[in-house]
Amino acid sequence: MIPELGHFALILALLLATTQAGFSLVGAARGNELWMTAGVSAARGQFFFIGIGFLSLAYAFYSNDFSVLYVASNSNSALPVQYRLAALWGGHEGSMLLWATTLALWTVAVTVFSRHLPPVFKARLLGTMGLISIGFLLFILLSSNPFERLIPAAMDGRDLNPLLQDPGMVFHPPVLYMGYVGFSVAFGFAIAALLGGELSPEWARWTRTWTTVAWMFLTVGIAFGSKWAYYELGWGGWWFWDAVENASFMPWLVGTALIHSLAVTEKRDAFKLWTVLLAIFAFSLSLLGTFLVRSGVLTSVHAFATDPRRGLFILGFLALVIGGALTLFALRAPKVGLGGKFGMVSRESMLLTNNVIMVVAAGVVMLGTLYPLFLDALGLGKISVGPPYFDTVFVPVMMPAIFLMGLAIFARWKNAALPDLMTRLKWAFGVSVVVALLLPFVMGKWTPMIALGLLMAMWIITTAVVSLRDRLQKREGGMIAALIHLPRAYQGMIVAHLGVAVFIIGVTMVKGYEVEQDMRMSPGDNATVGSYSFHFDGIQDQPGPNYMAAVGHFTATRNGREVAVLEPEKRMYTVQSMPMTEAAISAGLVNDLYVSLGEPVSEQAWAVRIYIKPFVQWIWVGALMMAGGGLLAMLDPRYRRRNKTQQGDNA
Amino acid sequence: MMKKLWGIWLMLPLLAWAQAQPLGDDPAVEARLKALSTELRCLVCQNQTLADSTAPLAEDLRREIRELIAKGMSDKEITEYLVARYGDFVRYRPPVKAQTMLLWVGPSVLLVGGLAGLWLALRRRNQILVDDNDEEGEEA
Repeated sequence: MIPELGHFALILALLLATTQAGFSLVGAARGNELWMTAGVSAARGQFFFIGIGFLSLAYAFYSNDFSVLYVASNSNSALPVQYRLAALWGGHEGSMLLWATTLALWTVAVTVFSRHLPPVFKARLLGTMGLISIGFLLFILLSSNPFERLIPAAMDGRDLNPLLQDPGMVFHPPVLYMGYVGFSVAFGFAIAALLGGELSPEWARWTRTWTTVAWMFLTVGIAFGSKWAYYELGWGGWWFWDAVENASFMPWLVGTALIHSLAVTEKRDAFKLWTVLLAIFAFSLSLLGTFLVRSGVLTSVHAFATDPRRGLFILGFLALVIGGALTLFALRAPKVGLGGKFGMVSRESMLLTNNVIMVVAAGVVMLGTLYPLFLDALGLGKISVGPPYFDTVFVPVMMPAIFLMGLAIFARWKNAALPDLMTRLKWAFGVSVVVALLLPFVMGKWTPMIALGLLMAMWIITTAVVSLRDRLQKREGGMIAALIHLPRAYQGMIVAHLGVAVFIIGVTMVKGYEVEQDMRMSPGDNATVGSYSFHFDGIQDQPGPNYMAAVGHFTATRNGREVAVLEPEKRMYTVQSMPMTEAAISAGLVNDLYVSLGEPVSEQAWAVRIYIKPFVQWIWVGALMMAGGGLLAMLDPRYRRRNKTQQGDNA
Repeated sequence: MMKKLWGIWLMLPLLAWAQAQPLGDDPAVEARLKALSTELRCLVCQNQTLADSTAPLAEDLRREIRELIAKGMSDKEITEYLVARYGDFVRYRPPVKAQTMLLWVGPSVLLVGGLAGLWLALRRRNQILVDDNDEEGEEA
């Protein structure tokens, strides 16, 4: 009964989404206030009914209703309750429902927090979001119905893929989707502005807050996923340039460009068309990501060809959304003014250059991700494009962007003098080069890549320090008080940029100085890896809720002092009889100790993989700092003021 | 309580503080294997390198590569040998040839094209703004 209610609720939601889009857009075109108000109510109603649909499915999972096909395929009665609920988005149908629910959540947020928007503009925004919602709800109801019954019901479910039975599964997808789908608000703002034909600095200010929130979610979501891969996949990598990862990274790159471009549009009334285009791109890439991950095209181009219904729907939807947006853009672009004037060397031009580089970087990631699919589809052979390719092409593209990042915060708006910049940054550049050249020697190994990574990180840090010093000199009072009184937006920028530096340090150090040993160990054995010694104390069987585990016990010592106890596991999940490796990690600011159990190699001995991973945590700390910087910038008082006041200075 | 239990565990293995042996015998061979296998695909996995995979087939292939190294084959010869057997699919760094030309030159083309386009756009923009100023005075 409840699954049918859920199904019915989704149909009602679709009708309300249609109402929302229709009343809002037509109301805006006719200036009919009643219709526009009706659009707002429909948007809230839509959220209510999608919510019922979502909760119905959650209940089906919670109550182990294996007469629902989707539940039977993705859950099992032995599954712990938190994973039963997370299994909701463990498959295709549920992921789509999560997508639609997230969109409805953002839509309601817009109706609640956008009272200050002009009614016509708000109606166009809600209308656009309604159109997107129609697409997704249609898709769910026509080709991906999660409520489909299984008759007769299964005795028990086929279980959630053991790889996904992890706390990461509970948090990572919703946070990531909040980011992905959040760009639909920026997209809606762009379309509404194009429809109205007006792109004011005010528009940029409204869009900025929403975009920054979505970008923060996406940043945290990606970092979460990376961390999850690090501890769950058993090989200690943190990024594999897998198509699924790339699918989230492309919108992130363009989203990052977008929040910077919005800054210029707000402050200088420039880059207006470019900003709108970026908003369209960011959301389009989110849709493309959904298509890539959800159509089955990644597993096999041919599987996609044999059951193309879902893929074709998403592809058609993608063409409609992107094509429609770009057509509107082409029609309206000539009407939009150019905005403030600026010189070839200025903060504007540098930000714009970095914007272009970020988009190029996203293009490079897209090329590498889609290329093997195209080759295969055209019958030109199967190739693999993996980390060696992406590392080779991505790093050189990003290097100039990092350099400009340090430079741009000093460049003046409108016109900057290069000689002046060079004098001011001599010190920062000198220190960066010296540290980059010498520090690797101190660490015991010098390679060009390590030096380069350190140079980039140091450049960001030293330029940030110089910038802070300049600012603080102008202020009275103590250091801390002066720091706190800096404009929030500026603080946010510095924190986020330092986050990039911290991230680069993490990547450079772990790539350069990681130590790995594959050992053959019997209980009682000792292994020396780097400056650490690992004692294998023994191994013990331990039952889990839905698996059997062999738990190893290792004691790590350094200079004779115990530093960590590590308990890696080898699990056998009973339902799918699938083995899983659970690595044991002792995380630290300077070193992570990582122990992972391989296969038994004899009666007593096990293959054991031990890593020392220096500074690896900095990768995620850096990502969190980027998101934190976004949060700080958003708290800038000027976003909470209704009237036009401009203060602070940032980009 | 757990701690105590583990204390007993500690005593069990005869207090033998033997030094563990690396899985491979020769560190130099292992280093080469590691470098090679991070660029090779585990063919039975979803998307994993040979170095990272714990699949039995990957284990077999690693053993085979060890033997090939022992035979004195160079890294290039080993890669060629594996490509002959499994196709280009096994390489995570696609070879440069006609079908992959676009893949390898694409990034540079995008970067140079993007920056050149930007430069032209900025120049034109300044030109337009200067003209506007001449005609209408200060623009908004």
